[in-house]
Amino acid sequence: MVTDDHQGAPLLTASGVVKHFPGAKALDGVDLDVYPGEVHCLLGQNGAGKSTLIKVLAGAHRPDAGVITWQGQEVSFPTPVAALRAGIATMYQELDVVDGLTVAENIFLGNEVSVGGFIQRTSAHARTREVLQRLGHANIAPGTEVESLSAAGKQVVSMARALSHDAKLIIMDEPSAVLDSEEVANLFRVVRDLVANGIAVIYISHRLEEIRQIGDRLTVLKDGKTVASGLRVSDTTTSQVVAMMTGHEGTLDFPPRTAEVSDEVVLSVRDLALDGVFRDVSFDVHAGEIVGLAGLVGSGRSEILETVYGARRATSGEVRVSGVPVGRGNVAASVAKGMGFCPEERKSQGLLLDESVTRNITLSIFARLARLGFVDDAAELGIAREQVGRLGIVPARPEREARTLSGGNQQKILLGRWLAHGTRVLFLDEPTRGVDVGARAEAYQLIRELAATGVAIVIVSSELEEVVGLADRVLVISDGRVVHAAPAAEIDEHQILDLIVEGTPA
Amino acid sequence: MSAQAPAVPATSRRRLPPSVTRNLGLVIAFLVICLIGYLTAGARFASIDNTMTILRLAAIIGVVSIGQCFVITSGGIDLSVGSMLGLATVWATTGATQYYADSTTWLLMVFVALAVGVVGGILNGVMVAYGKIVPFMATLALLVAAKGLAEWIANRQTQIIKVRGFEQFFSNDPLGIPVLVWIFALVAAGGWVLYNRTTFGRRTIAIGGNVEATRLAGIKTDRHIVMLYALSGLTVGIAAVMMMGRTMAGTSTHGSLYEMDAIAAVVVGGTLLRGGRGTIFGTVIGVLIFTTLTNIFTQNNLPLSVQQIAKGAIIIAAVLLQQYIASRKTA
Repeated sequence: MVTDDHQGAPLLTASGVVKHFPGAKALDGVDLDVYPGEVHCLLGQNGAGKSTLIKVLAGAHRPDAGVITWQGQEVSFPTPVAALRAGIATMYQELDVVDGLTVAENIFLGNEVSVGGFIQRTSAHARTREVLQRLGHANIAPGTEVESLSAAGKQVVSMARALSHDAKLIIMDEPSAVLDSEEVANLFRVVRDLVANGIAVIYISHRLEEIRQIGDRLTVLKDGKTVASGLRVSDTTTSQVVAMMTGHEGTLDFPPRTAEVSDEVVLSVRDLALDGVFRDVSFDVHAGEIVGLAGLVGSGRSEILETVYGARRATSGEVRVSGVPVGRGNVAASVAKGMGFCPEERKSQGLLLDESVTRNITLSIFARLARLGFVDDAAELGIAREQVGRLGIVPARPEREARTLSGGNQQKILLGRWLAHGTRVLFLDEPTRGVDVGARAEAYQLIRELAATGVAIVIVSSELEEVVGLADRVLVISDGRVVHAAPAAEIDEHQILDLIVEGTPA
Repeated sequence: MSAQAPAVPATSRRRLPPSVTRNLGLVIAFLVICLIGYLTAGARFASIDNTMTILRLAAIIGVVSIGQCFVITSGGIDLSVGSMLGLATVWATTGATQYYADSTTWLLMVFVALAVGVVGGILNGVMVAYGKIVPFMATLALLVAAKGLAEWIANRQTQIIKVRGFEQFFSNDPLGIPVLVWIFALVAAGGWVLYNRTTFGRRTIAIGGNVEATRLAGIKTDRHIVMLYALSGLTVGIAAVMMMGRTMAGTSTHGSLYEMDAIAAVVVGGTLLRGGRGTIFGTVIGVLIFTTLTNIFTQNNLPLSVQQIAKGAIIIAAVLLQQYIASRKTA
């Protein structure tokens, strides 16, 4: 019945694909069919098998069982290059472009236009221009060094490379994760253009609203199995999708605000400025209050958080915790005064990936637990167990390396670190980024519970729904200024968007 | 919740703690080398005398390697140790021959050597932590500069120490073990405790694992990095004193290329060059592997050149092994 709106045969089919890894079954019977000229969304929680599946399709992994056909022929790609030759190009999450090379050199990397070993730069540049034109990015010069491009620009280069191979299928693994909303709109335009030319796209994203905007059909994976294959997006509701992904009727509802915000001002920021980034930032956070900073990527929202915390040194202004001033640009002093920070980049800024959950949780307090400079392993393990239990970290094994846990559980490790520390002011930068839908509700619940215990919380999120749903008060940030402040109950997402747009210079 | 967690006994498959299993291969490699020594040189190799010779040979480079192990664990490197060692012996002995001679206490000489080492280390640390110069370049600069300074002070001459008490102290061998070996043992034991049991060691490992995450967790990473290089400098100062005790001389050529031997010993011992993971025990074994090898070659009258080639091969083998283990872990 799905084939009704598709002319001809499927481009790619996979049936009963199985892939084992030592100690784990990553794929356990996956079915998928992709037709030319469609955007096929691949959905699933972290660990559902999406990454493994695309690696199998891209020739990076060989399946243990199952059949894959490509243009009607049964195939088995021994290497990624073989898949690429056949016409399957993959854009991985971590963009695989080489910073030191130019746009043209990147696009023809491994496929150089050469005569007798000499690169034919003129013809390479001409072909690059042609491909970029097709992608609607004629503004990018072929000779530009990729390093100087934004994340969105690098993505275009990655896509251009796929096109230069005459790809018939492009797999995009969370392409929107590194983009702000304006760039996402541009990405969608390019994707629509590609499918209009008969190219098929497999699109992976955690943001369900994107699926609705760009997807034609969707396939849902759960625990390495296909739970729904090739459903039409227009016939499927978001709650159905969430239900399929989580295995229960999921809701993105936010827990009700229960606790009363006290009058006690815990964090007070006055006239804070960072040259060239933001200025005139003043706000108070009360005990038990959640303040949300809403703004686009680049508005200065994350920088404000980092500067208040002392990770960046403010040019001017003052930060006080319970009335006591905190030295500028001094994280250690901030932490000693009771501040805690869960950064956006959990892996590069938050965690010691090779260390145990215990050592990650006690990173801010092991010195406090130590006696005469000697660490107290038993006390640390006790505290780690307590946090693992309280936050429901899975697996509940404090000795596990942080690397082996899912995104949501890694976020909980960071929360546990600050809970163990007895933090009174907590900064959360994109707390649910990379956290799957099912785990989000739990994260929201935890954040609310934390506030209820009297912790003052400041949260930054790209998702306006999250800011409005979670915060008690919203500060709208645009172009490095606080353009509006209001109780969350008196403002909605549309108003915030309008404010952001008004505040942004044309 | 935590009641559900299978507490400690979940790892029944492996009885030995990871710190032991990780070093097991290294210990086996060391024993194999000893066996080769016994098979080729027989009782000459296995004698107590020869064992002491090996340990004495290992002592000075061993002390430097302990400091290097801390620096490498933090993700840094200290290339200045060799020429700083030379500088410390020159400075201390020049003072001894020109100012305080043999009439004053030789403790002053020891103090000068230690002070030179520590000040050099602090200089390295400040360049790395506050100057944001990559450790390789900062310590390379000090390697070159210290060498020049040592030659300038000594005027390219070797200073002979004629301090009676100093000589006597280092010719002791309490319980049949030379003083040099005692000092190495104390530094190694102290280093092990500092590395594995104290907040200093924990900070070092955390910085090597992820310096930004450690900083954002509220740890004063810059200050700690200065202290790490100062510690490396302190071991250099101790090694300089040992060197003067062994040779009764101070010269700018003392300690030449020790940075290479120390780095090789640390890496062969199982410490990751990228930081975050290291082992003092492994470092000691790493030093012993190289010195035992040198001894076996000498016992069998093999030329130095062959020995160098063998050392190179061992370094490559150890690094390949590390990479193999790392790749298996992430797969």
